Amino acid sequence: MLCENCGKRPATVHYTQIINGVKTEMHLCEICAKQKGSIEFDAPFSVTNFLAGILEPAFGAQVLKPSLEIALTCKGCGMTFDEFRRAGRFGCAMCYSSFSEKLYPIFRRIHGNTKHVGKIPTKMGEDIAIKREIDRLKIELNVAIKNEEYEKAAQIRDKIRDLEKKLSRE
Amino acid sequence: MNDIVVTSRIRLARNLSDVPFTIKMNDYDASNVIDRVKNVILKNKQYHFDFFEIKKLPLLKRQVLIEKHLISPALASSKIKSAVAIDQNENISIMINEEDHLRIQVLYRGQEIQKAWEDANKIDDFLEQHLPYAYDETWGYLTSCPTNVGTGLRASFMVHLPALTLLGYMKGIIDTITKLGIAVRGFYGEGSEAAGNLYQISNQITLGQPEEDIIANVVSITNQIIEQEQQARLKLLSENRAFVEDKVYRSYGILKYARNISSNEALRLISDVRMGISMGIIKETTIDKLDVLLNLIQPAIIQDYFGREMTPEERDIKRAELIRKILG
Ligand SMILES: [Zn+2]
Ligand SMILES: [Zn+2]
Repeated sequence: MLCENCGKRPATVHYTQIINGVKTEMHLCEICAKQKGSIEFDAPFSVTNFLAGILEPAFGAQVLKPSLEIALTCKGCGMTFDEFRRAGRFGCAMCYSSFSEKLYPIFRRIHGNTKHVGKIPTKMGEDIAIKREIDRLKIELNVAIKNEEYEKAAQIRDKIRDLEKKLSRE
Repeated sequence: MNDIVVTSRIRLARNLSDVPFTIKMNDYDASNVIDRVKNVILKNKQYHFDFFEIKKLPLLKRQVLIEKHLISPALASSKIKSAVAIDQNENISIMINEEDHLRIQVLYRGQEIQKAWEDANKIDDFLEQHLPYAYDETWGYLTSCPTNVGTGLRASFMVHLPALTLLGYMKGIIDTITKLGIAVRGFYGEGSEAAGNLYQISNQITLGQPEEDIIANVVSITNQIIEQEQQARLKLLSENRAFVEDKVYRSYGILKYARNISSNEALRLISDVRMGISMGIIKETTIDKLDVLLNLIQPAIIQDYFGREMTPEERDIKRAELIRKILG
């Protein structure tokens, strides 16, 4: 069998993909498969691993690269990681989560640390406590429902609603 | 210890979570932050704040605020809309839209870092009740620059170190201290290195240490430097008493009788006399008077003091007059 992509070299890599119940098969030579998948692999090559790892967002190369770029752009302000590096300034609060992984070595270099152990804003501290209380009540609610204690469940539900209102008051 | 520690300062950098940081701000965002912060500040009953939009201030007034260390040069020349709230005693200033949305600063004369921290902390608590701070459980207060993240805290002392400077020990001290995460800089701007033998000692690390530890660390290192300065003064006195006496009295003589003096010369002479007083050589005047002068001799403040704009030549004459008056 010849490669379905180039039609020149023998197909040695076989993909099977099932999307919404439709089975698609692909037979590629090693070179074309490398390009499409944009990964390193050496023969003997395991089709199952390949399927699991690469074929998920069907044919990586084109999809993979741009999506990495997107990950390095802040969703809040549009700043790119490169822009941040050049300016040495963040564009908004969301830049921190957008560039999260890249920040650890930077913070370690500057501060020798990557974890804040100082002041917690009072209101935020309260919010954290309220969120924890809501999580706890939700578990209690499920138990009550399971035990068919509907009166108790209603009371818990009201408590959760009150707390949620408190959270969104600002 | 006020003869060595001139001022103590605490600064907290804070940002709002729902507005881009200043580097990405447009005019609308800038006004939005100013309006919201202003509304909150005016609610505070404990302190009385005056509120100024920087662009509406005359250049001279801006320069006065810089020289009083109430605003930064960066805020004064900011391209985006910026503002400052200053308490009536001029100890507290809240800069709006500097590098961060908020820079809370408290400055006291002498060794008052604890008091400065308590004030700054209280104002921070108050603002936080009414404004959505940019804060992360892992990284703490999120700041525009990664060098401020975490506590957003800068604790600093302005110290007067004439003897260590005279004996040539400062370079070695600065090299050693930098390795401990503490910075030492000449106080009056980048260009004029340690004019008046004044240095600023402050923490560099803001992440991974609680506020109290950061402050304690700066205090402890500053105390060690103070001790060294005292040793250096004793050394000068025991080995070169005649030289020191001549030096400080000459400077006192010029300050007391000059008719024309630049701010740089005045700063140098005040430094000598200040040292002379704390060494017990000069008894004719006080450290307090010299610290008043330290402020008043500056180019914009002196014009503000006389209530009018002056040419540099005129300033030098008025400066000499003012110094004579205060030294009596
Ligand atoms: Zn092929
Ligand atoms: Zn951003």
